[in-house]
Amino acid sequence: MESVQHYIQEGILYEPVIPDIHDWPIAKLFRKKSAFLEEVIEETLAQLNRKAGAKGIIDVIEKTMYLERIRMTEEPWKVDPKDESRFWSQIKKELVTNEQVEANPEAFVTRNNEMLERIVSRYAHEIASTFKPGSYHFAKRFLPLFFSTLLNASAGKTIRSVIYHNVHLQERVNLVGETEAIRNLSKRGTIVLVPTHLSNVDSILVGWGLHALGLPAFIYGAGLNLFNTQILGYFMNRLGAYKVDRRKKNPVYRETLNAYSTIALLEGVHSLFFPGGTRSRSGTIEKHLKLGLLGTAMEAQRRNFLQGARSGREKIFVVPLVMSYHFTLEAASLIKQHLTRVGQEQYYILDGQPASYTKFLRFVWTTFSSSSDIVLAFGKPMDIFGNFVDDEGNSLDHRGRLIDVKEYFMSRGKITEDVQRDHEYTRMLGSRIVERYHVENRVFSSHLVAFVAFQMLKRKFPSLDLFGLLRIPEDERTLPMGAYREALERVLARLRYLSDRSKVHLAPHLINDAATIIEHGIKNLGIYHAKRPLRYQNEHTLASDSMNLLYYYHNRLDGYELESLFD
Amino acid sequence: MNSKASSTDTVGVVGAGSFGLALANLLAANRPVLLYARRPEVVEELQRTRRHGGREILPEIELTNDLEALAHRCELVFPVVPSTAFPEMLHQLSPHLRPSHKVIHGTKGLFVYLPEGETLQSVKQLRREDVRTMSELIQEETVVRRVGCVAGPNLAGEIFEGQPAATVVASPFEEVIREGQGALRSGRFRVHGNHDLFGIELAGVLKNIMAIAAGILHGLGYGDNTRALLVTRGLAEMIYVGRSLGADVRSFLGLAGIGDLVATCSSPRSRNFTVGYRLGQGEALDDILASMEEIAEGLNTVSIVRALTVGQGISAPITLTLYRTLFEDMDIARGMRLLMEFPFSEDVDFI
Repeated sequence: MESVQHYIQEGILYEPVIPDIHDWPIAKLFRKKSAFLEEVIEETLAQLNRKAGAKGIIDVIEKTMYLERIRMTEEPWKVDPKDESRFWSQIKKELVTNEQVEANPEAFVTRNNEMLERIVSRYAHEIASTFKPGSYHFAKRFLPLFFSTLLNASAGKTIRSVIYHNVHLQERVNLVGETEAIRNLSKRGTIVLVPTHLSNVDSILVGWGLHALGLPAFIYGAGLNLFNTQILGYFMNRLGAYKVDRRKKNPVYRETLNAYSTIALLEGVHSLFFPGGTRSRSGTIEKHLKLGLLGTAMEAQRRNFLQGARSGREKIFVVPLVMSYHFTLEAASLIKQHLTRVGQEQYYILDGQPASYTKFLRFVWTTFSSSSDIVLAFGKPMDIFGNFVDDEGNSLDHRGRLIDVKEYFMSRGKITEDVQRDHEYTRMLGSRIVERYHVENRVFSSHLVAFVAFQMLKRKFPSLDLFGLLRIPEDERTLPMGAYREALERVLARLRYLSDRSKVHLAPHLINDAATIIEHGIKNLGIYHAKRPLRYQNEHTLASDSMNLLYYYHNRLDGYELESLFD
Repeated sequence: MNSKASSTDTVGVVGAGSFGLALANLLAANRPVLLYARRPEVVEELQRTRRHGGREILPEIELTNDLEALAHRCELVFPVVPSTAFPEMLHQLSPHLRPSHKVIHGTKGLFVYLPEGETLQSVKQLRREDVRTMSELIQEETVVRRVGCVAGPNLAGEIFEGQPAATVVASPFEEVIREGQGALRSGRFRVHGNHDLFGIELAGVLKNIMAIAAGILHGLGYGDNTRALLVTRGLAEMIYVGRSLGADVRSFLGLAGIGDLVATCSSPRSRNFTVGYRLGQGEALDDILASMEEIAEGLNTVSIVRALTVGQGISAPITLTLYRTLFEDMDIARGMRLLMEFPFSEDVDFI
């Protein structure tokens, strides 16, 4: 009993799958960090040579240098290494001397490969993190206390009383879905967790969620900007988070990142990707995924089958994770970015601005203290081809028959390497994950009330396009309660129908009657925004103070064809 | 080792209709072929005569009634059965298929998930998600991922005669295209590759509508100018429909699109053209159907595409008019006259 108490104290809901932290795959990997990085560099060079050919390497270097020089002038950050411009000037100088070297083709190729290796090595060390068990131990003691403080403060308690009356994170954050299966599978294979992404607090929440499930730490790519907050950076760096610099869009950097992920997966280290690539600006569930990192999982799976698994755990399991909130703190800026429809790149820059520690703390604080419900829904685990797997990790077809997925890589009885085939499989996996996101999604009362209100307003002004609709004057943004409840009942009935057929999940509070759901939804919808997306004007009328936010929260139910219920 | 064609690998063909047999004969020039027919008496008959419609079935073709054996022996399988029989065929074949299989179908029809109680004629509208191409059906009902289709101007009779021709093998997988090319191509048969599987499937499906219309015009006594008008506007309509469903326009401008369209809109060897021709000559649809050995895919396609255009919110005057003459009370001659008078405003507006 004492040990259970102990775990709960540390925010763990489940016994650790691997009790000794030194036995964790991630700890093993970082014990031989230099060998690991050597392999990452080697892998990157091999892939670049395969793609560009020995003669094409020079073009790759030139393009990379060109893009890097643009980045350094147009998007300089304080945290960028001081020797950066010297490094690239040197590369440039060496490139200029081409003419002399070009006379000797062999020397030319050697010189180029040497230069490329220097760039790759620089990137690999920049990306790499370190996992230190000591830091992890500290963090796991520190973080729950940190969270508890936030939660209790929000419950109106003083710091003093926290120590005596802990409100735990697990009371606020619900871990639902296939938690037991994932623990099992983590012993039998390598897990690739793919969460939806709404908010900057997501990575912290997922990190806590995995910890609470008793799983060993995962590696994941975090935006460089998160490392700029000192305390957070300190922990992230030592908890397996590697650095992703979204400004660097050159082929060499991308290949190095991919190699980092591939080799870690080959070593059996569980990994986390946000496959949407960035936070959902519009508030919808991801519809298009970035396939780069998913491709590394495909690559690692094929190599595990071909060469045998180094970790002894042959299969890779893909686990979708859907996070649901009543409230996204940064919703107002996200939807604005979405609506202005400027190129994505511009948003990365906004993201990249180093956040101050206090700003970040306040940010996390507000999210936790304001949310009555946060759900992390762990989806049904799949193999890399999107087939469901049983508790032993066996792949099943849709009729429940066992299948040997190794054969997807086979032609005429042998495993063959076919990059184009893998790419196509990855694309299929992407669509499958999107499909599962919509099923695993937990619909909240707040999503429902926003959806119904926005759709009704849309029908009220049939001649307006989206932008016209978002600009309707305040006194027009009203809905009569009676019609509203009727419409909501229709949507609710449809959602229940879909839920009965396992096309979506409903939060437990949606079991209530329409009136209760409306009240609950309006109370929670975007609760801490200065302008309420939806509120009671009086007991017969609803009104919206922010059409943008209403639209944002409404988008969460996009993709279920509920719009036709308003025709 | 990569997928270099090996001459010893047996290729499977499912379906012993005229196109299935023609395909089997093409394949037999390169590989041993195992040909499946559903009915034992058909297997027996073909076994005994080794002929079909007066044409020889090559000796490299082995006949079977056993799908399990076919799946077991062949990694590359060509299903060529009518779209109405396709789901049942898949149901039988599916338990024996493995992830290592590659399946290239040759069926030019669509499958529809109809709402309960509705028929193809009663349903008011259909949307993209209600409809499946055959390759989508394969991916949905089996563990096979590496799918493709074969489509092009390949009238079975001419293939049997060994006349020069070409076709398209479409698949998102290079590997499947390579395999299909290796198994099918010969000195007299060229095989082009295309990655837009959906577009190529759709081109093959939609052209059957135009073939029926062309047949009707011919049956009514219209000449080549009129046919050229229909073929051209027909292509435009195929492109509109295809594009609204997500196909690549370019797929319609190749062999499987315009190529197949030209062939089927002028050939009495096409079943769809023949159905149209006999309608134009004044026969009743029911009588025509009763006298035909094999299904004309185009008839169902007309109904499906008619409902799809409603659901997708696009206009398709040829399909709609054809639907009215086939399944509603519109007089055929009047329908065709209406169509020829339709005010198409621009000549080329689909590129």
